[in-house]
Amino acid sequence: MIGTPNRRAAKIIFVALAAMFLSGQREPILVPEVSQSRIEVRQGFTGANLLLYGAVIDPDGTRRSTNYDIVVVLKGPTEPIRLREKDRIAGIWMNAGSSDFRSAPSFFAVASSRPISEIVDPRTAAIYELGTQFIQLSPSGQIEPEEQARFASGLVEMRQRAGLYKEDPDGVRISEGVLYQARIALPSNVITGPYTAETFAIADGRVLASATAEIAVEKVGLEGEVVNAAERASLLYGLGAILLSLSMGWFAGRFFNRS
Amino acid sequence: MDVYLPIANLSVNGLFIVLLGGLTGILSGLFGVGGGFLTTPLLIFYGIPPTVAAASAATQVTGASVSGVLAHSKQNGVDYRMGAVMVGGGIVGALIGALLFSALQSLGQIDVVINVLYVVMLGTIGSLMMREAVEALRPASKSGSKQPRKRRHHPLVAGLPFRWRFYRSGLYISPLAPLILGTLVGVLTMLMGVGGGFILVPAMLYLLGMSGNVVVGTSLFQILFVTMVTTMTHALTTKAVDIILAGLLLLGSVLGAQFGTQIAMKARPEILRLVLAAIVIAVALRMLYGLGVQPDEIYTVSPL
Repeated sequence: MIGTPNRRAAKIIFVALAAMFLSGQREPILVPEVSQSRIEVRQGFTGANLLLYGAVIDPDGTRRSTNYDIVVVLKGPTEPIRLREKDRIAGIWMNAGSSDFRSAPSFFAVASSRPISEIVDPRTAAIYELGTQFIQLSPSGQIEPEEQARFASGLVEMRQRAGLYKEDPDGVRISEGVLYQARIALPSNVITGPYTAETFAIADGRVLASATAEIAVEKVGLEGEVVNAAERASLLYGLGAILLSLSMGWFAGRFFNRS
Repeated sequence: MDVYLPIANLSVNGLFIVLLGGLTGILSGLFGVGGGFLTTPLLIFYGIPPTVAAASAATQVTGASVSGVLAHSKQNGVDYRMGAVMVGGGIVGALIGALLFSALQSLGQIDVVINVLYVVMLGTIGSLMMREAVEALRPASKSGSKQPRKRRHHPLVAGLPFRWRFYRSGLYISPLAPLILGTLVGVLTMLMGVGGGFILVPAMLYLLGMSGNVVVGTSLFQILFVTMVTTMTHALTTKAVDIILAGLLLLGSVLGAQFGTQIAMKARPEILRLVLAAIVIAVALRMLYGLGVQPDEIYTVSPL
């Protein structure tokens, strides 16, 4: 089904060379691969380890003379959210202020071969979202910029603690100047949906090539069925839950009172 | 043993959840309460989203009260007429609770309301129970004056119009009283994920003045039906019932309930009441502490 890494690497290089000769372009070519294009969340799911790898090849068919850096950004489905901030009111911690974000990614991980600040300047990093402080959250509503910034960093820090946003400055290993590989761990509390992995080849502070790979995170098996039923057949699902609790309670009562 | 909860969307230690269910099961076997007041907060401390915790705990309480209702109905310990009136109120209450729930959720204050309700309810009931248990344990100090308390319903109840006869409860009162009581408990069931036995039992005894031998059975009867309606309401509106979580809790609680019943037969009831009061007060204090201390996360995310 899946070839050995060496055979896959050979295939990548072949595809890269073919693409290069066909297009005859001058920019380096980036061919990304993902260890799994589909992650199945099923019973016992405790997270997944994604391996993102590939090759960068120069137009002249050799490996690059200059060193380049690789940055991989893995992004989960974005969702519009409302972020609420607790404050102490009359001695009780309760929600006070709030701010809306139209596109908060549910997962965001950046892996790079060196710290981002050594690879590109902040402006470029902001354009390509290379770092958790550069996530484009699209804040909405009327709120002062300073307050907005506080909410944004609050969201990022909270999700960093939950393991949902992260940066790994040596998460990418480059071998022989051609092949790279990055490892990104997905925790068990990830949201399902389409994930995109963007890979950037960067040299001299310039993004030379980029490529995107899609990864589907799906609930399958019993877990998928449960979520489907709860969302689509709510009435039957509710009846099922009631029946389960009634029968378990009844059965235990009968069983233990007899003996 | 890692178990992935599909609705709560996280992986938990399955054994821990079963043990938690077992603990509440022992309580329900010992004291005839559903144990939801303990399950919901403990699940929240463990990291389950509050809505999922409340919804799934309600499902668990259904299971925990089935065998109780069966046992009590065999000994004529259920006043069905009274129970039906209270269930009717409970269903209305659950629906009101659902509206309140979504209104508070959109205001962002559902968590604090749930917590405050817990502190107030458990704190009050726990202190009353503790006082009563300590009085009962005091070695025969006022035994001379201790006559069987004359059962009487509260003057407020006596003032209500349209009286019905409730034979098994030994009452001739307006059905509005149990209807209102049922409604209030229904609201709490929806909001807090509790059966409400710890409120119903004292209210039936001291407010309605029902005869003691039908109180626990009728309370369980009301809890059984109202938690079923609550599960359904959650399934249809919040979609937060995690059937895997509920199943694990049930597994523990139905086994624990049997164990609790065994202990209940051997232990002194005054000691049991004292222990229950201490547990209730401990949960209330823990919740109070949670309200007053800066939480680990001051930010919360809700979908738009």
